[in-house]
Amino acid sequence: MKILYFAWIKERLNRSQDDLEVPKNINNVNELMAWLSSNDEQIKLAFENKELIRVAVDEELVEHDFDITNAKTIAFFPPMTGG
Amino acid sequence: MTKNSPSSNSPLVRLQSEIFDPAKEYNQFLKQNTGAGGAAICFTGLVRSNPDNPIVKLTLEHYPALAQRQLEKFANIAFERFKLQNISLIHRYGAMAVGEPIVQVMTISAHRQAAFDGANYIMDWLKTDAPFWKIEQSAKGKNWVENKTCDENAKDKWKQE
Repeated sequence: MKILYFAWIKERLNRSQDDLEVPKNINNVNELMAWLSSNDEQIKLAFENKELIRVAVDEELVEHDFDITNAKTIAFFPPMTGG
Repeated sequence: MTKNSPSSNSPLVRLQSEIFDPAKEYNQFLKQNTGAGGAAICFTGLVRSNPDNPIVKLTLEHYPALAQRQLEKFANIAFERFKLQNISLIHRYGAMAVGEPIVQVMTISAHRQAAFDGANYIMDWLKTDAPFWKIEQSAKGKNWVENKTCDENAKDKWKQE
């Protein structure tokens, strides 16, 4: 699974993406965030305030309870500030 | 109910790093009027400085594939919902200077309310739901711009019962 990071999340992690073998028992975004946090101290810190984390699964904005069983790309980013 | 003929315009969305000329873009947009349009709106968002902490440079990071998709989505919804004749939306990314245009939304419809509403709708949604992130560079350093609650609330007015 491809994991993308943007804006200050990318800056804090010092990388823009990870290619990971995600365990089969990880079913939704919440579980993925917990799993990533348990494996990486920097991600744990970045995800500390979950309210600030927006998620896109296969280029669609979703909520944290979204099912990711067949997902290919998951992007994590802070609230958007365009326009 | 008026139905768009096959030859009618469909929303045009452009993502680019290069600066654009707001007046030239608007004139070009107006030239595409098929004759059915009686009211046109042009909104341009500009890079704003801060008097207390002057901005030297603004950089917009974006998620290209999702940005294109979201902008097209909002433009298409506005096109249908407000029965617009045409929409053109330009959004920049990358580095820009104070005063430069960042975003421009242009709408045309038979009567003015739809053109105003369409442009307003697109701006309200893209503020919070299009993947762009601003970094302001000032003498004090670099700062990721935080989202505003008023922007989060602005789109609520478009929720339909």
